[in-house]
Amino acid sequence: MTQQGVRWTADQVLALAPDPASRKAGSKLGAAGPWSEAGSSDEGTVWGLCKGSGSKPYQTVIDIADAAGPAYKCSCPSRKFPCKHALGLLLLWAGGEGAVPPGPVPDWAEQWTEGRRQRAQEKRTAAAAGSVAASGDPEAARRRAERRAARITAGATELEQRLADLLRGGLAGAEQAGYGMWEETAARMVDAQAPGLAARVRELGAIPSSGPGWPVRLLEECALIHLLDRGWLRREGLPDGLASTVRSRIGLPASADGPPVRDRWLVLAQYDTADTRLTTRRIWLHGTDSGRTALLLSYGAAGRAPELALPVGLELDAEVSAHPGSGQLRASLGEQFAPPAPAVTRPPGVTTEQAAARYGDALRDDPWLESVPVTLDQVIPVPDGSSWQLADADADSALPLTAAARSRPGLWRLVALSGGAPVKVFGECGHRGFTPLTAWPEGAGEAVRLC
Amino acid sequence: MSKPSAPAPDAWEELVTSALLGTARRTPPGLAPGPEAPMALLDAAAEETVRRRAGLRPARAAERPQPAPEDTRPPLPAAAARRLAILLADRAGAGGGGGGRRGTAPDLMELLPQWLSTANTHSYAAPPQLLPALLDAARGRTDLRPAALAFAGPRATWLARLNPDWRFALRATPGGGAALPPPEDTAGVRQLWEEGLFAERVALLAAIRSREAAAARELLATTWATERAEDRLMFLDSLRMGLGPDDEPFLEQALADRSRNVRSTAAELLSALPGSALAARMAVRAGACVSVDRSLDTPTVVVEAPHECDAGMERDGVVPKAPTGRGERSWWFGQLVEAAPLGVWPGRLGGRTPGEIVALPVADDWCNELHAAWCRAAVRQRDAGWARALLGAPAAPEAGGPGAVSLAERAKLLSTLGSDERAEWVAGFIATHGLSEAFQLLGVCGVPWAAPLGRAVVDALNIARDAGSYPWSFSGVMGLAERCLDPGEAGRLEGLMAVPDEGEDASPGAGGYWAEAFQRLVSTLRLRAAMREELESA
Repeated sequence: MTQQGVRWTADQVLALAPDPASRKAGSKLGAAGPWSEAGSSDEGTVWGLCKGSGSKPYQTVIDIADAAGPAYKCSCPSRKFPCKHALGLLLLWAGGEGAVPPGPVPDWAEQWTEGRRQRAQEKRTAAAAGSVAASGDPEAARRRAERRAARITAGATELEQRLADLLRGGLAGAEQAGYGMWEETAARMVDAQAPGLAARVRELGAIPSSGPGWPVRLLEECALIHLLDRGWLRREGLPDGLASTVRSRIGLPASADGPPVRDRWLVLAQYDTADTRLTTRRIWLHGTDSGRTALLLSYGAAGRAPELALPVGLELDAEVSAHPGSGQLRASLGEQFAPPAPAVTRPPGVTTEQAAARYGDALRDDPWLESVPVTLDQVIPVPDGSSWQLADADADSALPLTAAARSRPGLWRLVALSGGAPVKVFGECGHRGFTPLTAWPEGAGEAVRLC
Repeated sequence: MSKPSAPAPDAWEELVTSALLGTARRTPPGLAPGPEAPMALLDAAAEETVRRRAGLRPARAAERPQPAPEDTRPPLPAAAARRLAILLADRAGAGGGGGGRRGTAPDLMELLPQWLSTANTHSYAAPPQLLPALLDAARGRTDLRPAALAFAGPRATWLARLNPDWRFALRATPGGGAALPPPEDTAGVRQLWEEGLFAERVALLAAIRSREAAAARELLATTWATERAEDRLMFLDSLRMGLGPDDEPFLEQALADRSRNVRSTAAELLSALPGSALAARMAVRAGACVSVDRSLDTPTVVVEAPHECDAGMERDGVVPKAPTGRGERSWWFGQLVEAAPLGVWPGRLGGRTPGEIVALPVADDWCNELHAAWCRAAVRQRDAGWARALLGAPAAPEAGGPGAVSLAERAKLLSTLGSDERAEWVAGFIATHGLSEAFQLLGVCGVPWAAPLGRAVVDALNIARDAGSYPWSFSGVMGLAERCLDPGEAGRLEGLMAVPDEGEDASPGAGGYWAEAFQRLVSTLRLRAAMREELESA
């Protein structure tokens, strides 16, 4: 697929930046000055020479033809990916025809794009062949799955024992025990190939130092881990949907096996969370025709932006396939039929009352769910002591904002956008409160990112 | 959210207590003690946790803030809004990087003031979602505040009331963002004038003065007698705007004020009114000091400075005590000439034009004193004819040196000329004297620079480059050029972006640095052209 004719917006380009410093550096290079011999081709290649501090200019080339996200190559020594030159060149290109005119691809750029596209093609063929090969030996696959299940069972059993010891001795003791105990248990769960359990256990360690009310939170989280252990140990007796949910919560990989749904998917939100090893990007989509909400996840090694970038306010004509598990919203992006274009519609919304009820309902399918994606219609951000809430314009009820949402700069964008008047807000609604991610003004106006 | 009620409000508390103490010490009611108790407790807690979460309901709404006042200005064009977001994002990343302005990329933050002033001339409303970033930028840079807050509009002050970080916006905006009463609301105006905070009253007076000069003076007169001295001084200063002959009686009366600062400000304002009685009194005093001696071969100006500062002079604002190091008589003389209307001199000095008068020799080293006082008078009275005469020809050799008229004074004189004439004079100055003295003069030229001025600056930069110096000796002018050159000049500069061959006497590597500096200049001009186009594409 080519992106011919559709230039990206500067927002779209800046969303690709791995960190704020790159965004800044890239913005500065998004002017014609340092660039020479820049150009773009109908096949979706953008190239240019950027004057750096050395005598030889850097060669920057970007392949924007791939639906999975752009690919970059630059001769600069930066470890950032994409580097500021790639961002700057894309900004220049996004700015209009003048600075990056259409033209024949120079050899140095052609070589790389050709090689890349060829490798991608080979990979796709190999993957197709691989899946055939895998399904060709179901017996071996079954044996591997059994071995892993046995390890997880051993891990879950051990974890149950540790939880029992904790409850027998009392949570008060956990305050003194500190991180060490939980880190060690988490490492055991990694050994047991149950990453979902490991992550949950690791988070237990932070709760005793998390301020007033920690015993309640610790008990809640212990109880939910226990529930997950039990779910795994008795998965044979669970309905299929719930069993899949348990498997995915434990951390077993699942490929998107739902039927592909073609729709006009509205990009509701995109935000990254990062730890020392991994950057996780969450992208919320809303199907304009199906009314479905889907979550795309994309990962990048620490310091690198995940490859998939879908800026808020765009709409994709694409297929999306759901992952297994009842109530699970995770999905994979399939074929895109047209380049992303600015969205003309907004998602339909509900009241705060309905949002709370929706979270309650969703817990039936997935009791471990922290929050559900919800669009609130006609809500007003209202200060509430040291905190904030979103109040219905027409009713006396309100959802408090989560602590995380209160400390983000996006809160003030939301308050400014509202100006005390109702707005439409998309976000995540759960037991900790509401986290606003995107808002739309009451009248005309584009979606505003809050995260 | 609020907690769900019933069925067993205490059951959860019981579970938490037992969990804290441990089942070895305490078993929750309803569960069997023993080795299975921990698991039974977790079972019950899991059920209760999910039940509690599923039953959460919205909380009651807190008291809502007053909605923000409406901003009736037209919205910013979309491309301009995106540009503003980028300019503001540049600020967010600032702080690191050592602050050295090197390399070929434009300094975006430096373009924000220009962007804001262009947007303000078009009276666009700020996009609400960018207000927080705009307020943060204005918080960090006081020089940005007036333009940023004007652009940010009423919603920004509404917002500032909710966030203590932005309190400065309330101080900077009269009435804490509450709009000033409209002029026809006499009762509202009266009330704010009598009960408002000092800043609100100053703003009110300025607002009324800008619309109807007399009304402001009348309002001020109502409470004049009861104001504190320092307040009187500030209020009096507001009459500077739109000063006219009608203000004379009020100012005359202020000449008798208790406070010396108020008296001298009143005198200064009166002397800017050439038709005022004070100006006439000063004309008589100054005229008595200056004459032409025709008995000499060349007619020469002769100065006889006053021998005393009498009560009348003091009442008319002459400061009797000279600063240390200055003779009393020359100090008084300077003040008299500065306050006398310039129109008096042709008649007094043989019907000569200002140009001819300035060209006359002055006897006994009084030249500097006399010309400096005329400069101050020309600036105070906004007299372009005299300013032109005192400036002289830009190419004159003494124009570049420390003559009677300092560069600072030249800059002030220039500001009384029309912008084209100003630009032409500075262009001529640069062509003769180069860039090293030009910085201050460039500062008073209109932006974007007129074509002859822009060309003079670029030519001078080019000459400096060819002379082999480093560009950072001219970084001040280079920075000004980035902000002030007409973006249309970008094309003419392209030839300068290449790295030249290094001459034998050039500083090592200078050519490369110059190329870099010119590249940044061209990128910045291109960017400014794009910004201007975006703001005009409504």
